[in-house]
Amino acid sequence: MKSITKQKTFEEIEQQLDGFDRVYIAGCGTCATMTKTGGKEEVLEMRERLQELGKLVTGWTVIPTACDEMTEVAIKENNGAIQNAKCILVMACALGVHKLSTYIDKPVIPALDTLFIGVEDSPGCFQEVCAQCGQCVLGQTAGICPLTACHKGLLNGPCGGTDNGKCEVDKEKDCAWTLIYQRLEAQGRLDLMRKYYSPRDYNAVLRPRTIRIT
Amino acid sequence: MASSFREVLKSDKFVITSEIGPPKGTNIEKMLHHIDLLKDKVDALNVTDHQSSVMRFPSIGGCLAIKEKGGEPILQVTCRDRNRLALQAELLFAYTRGIRNVLCLTGDAVVVGDHKAAKGVFDLDSTQLLMTIRQMEAGKDLGGNELDGAVEFCAGAIVTPEANPIEPQLIKFEKKVEAGAEFFQTQAIYDLDKFAKFMEHARQFPVKILAGIILLVSARMAKYMTENVPGVFVPQNLIDELAAAPKGEAINKGIEIAGRMIATLEKESICDGVHVMAIGKEEVVPDILKAAGLAT
Repeated sequence: MKSITKQKTFEEIEQQLDGFDRVYIAGCGTCATMTKTGGKEEVLEMRERLQELGKLVTGWTVIPTACDEMTEVAIKENNGAIQNAKCILVMACALGVHKLSTYIDKPVIPALDTLFIGVEDSPGCFQEVCAQCGQCVLGQTAGICPLTACHKGLLNGPCGGTDNGKCEVDKEKDCAWTLIYQRLEAQGRLDLMRKYYSPRDYNAVLRPRTIRIT
Repeated sequence: MASSFREVLKSDKFVITSEIGPPKGTNIEKMLHHIDLLKDKVDALNVTDHQSSVMRFPSIGGCLAIKEKGGEPILQVTCRDRNRLALQAELLFAYTRGIRNVLCLTGDAVVVGDHKAAKGVFDLDSTQLLMTIRQMEAGKDLGGNELDGAVEFCAGAIVTPEANPIEPQLIKFEKKVEAGAEFFQTQAIYDLDKFAKFMEHARQFPVKILAGIILLVSARMAKYMTENVPGVFVPQNLIDELAAAPKGEAINKGIEIAGRMIATLEKESICDGVHVMAIGKEEVVPDILKAAGLAT
């Protein structure tokens, strides 16, 4: 499971850094390294591009896992360079940006857009399989989540936009309900697809979603 | 007040519906002209709801215009743009203004339309919308609260008889029937043998099926539909027929083809009626009905 990110356009990064002449760059050694959006290589490339822009890069680091508790230690180790900077450019997912913002009393600027929590299907190919909705229906849908895999998140079967097992929004994308149908049929459980599912309860977990494990 | 369209559905008459596409903008002259032209020639007129996710004048506005002119409107309601509160409110309003027929649709994806950055809502799906209508008819809203004045609608849905694979669509069709759909207007059909097979299945259910007939205006359009519109397959012989038409005559060939198909569906009692869609060429619908021998 990985937090999947993509780098913002350099133009947007430049806009966000407007007015900050000294920048510290923080990457992440876990997901963003894996997706080649915030590993050492990308951080060094960013440093070069910012220098070309005339920015002073006061330092850089690749935090082992930007979203965990060790981040505080990593930040302390680099305290001097961070103090010299006007802002921190974070090349981690939004979880890392959030974590850093709790330790650093300086503007924290995201260099990446966080797309989804995904699993790696085949090397380098990530897919969203769970929307973390708080009401799991996988038991009725043969392990394929219609909220995530169906573009419209339909609960009661396919829409009329499916064709040859593909989705109307992308001819390369499988229709979730065709896949669910095929699996349920193979398992002899099509009765589950014939069942009516009521509208979802969007109140199941209120935003912001929090939980305390006791 | 019962829906007069429901009475027509209950009768043995071969039902004819057509549809009106509202304008993008406030110039409704053309839409009103189409309503005048068609309202007395069909049993009911659908008004599309941001068809293909393209923002337009609303279905309810077109339905009210039909009502004012003495026609029988079918309000198209998709789940793409409104959550369950807004959908229910629309149904309450429609009922108070004498609209008695609703076609429940999931709606096309936002990204196929002209506001690609918009949020697709899909709080409900088409089956849940049908259930919502039945619950509101029983005097309760979706929150379980009492309504001060209920609704009553002749509710319909859509089905794609030539979808591949067909089985998942048939399951959805049956769920819509169970959820209270009284009539179905189908996606465009062109292969009558295939459609007849679907009808053998559909006949088991107590619903009326109106075959979708989309006017083909050129061989190019026929090919485009086959390649790009999900669940639509125009057989090669029809494409050839259109291609062989003299220059400028393809539309007349299309009218002839549509008329011929409708006539066959009626004569052989394959289905209960037709829903004629002449997307952008509404003025030729009377010609199609004439070609089918159904002009009144």
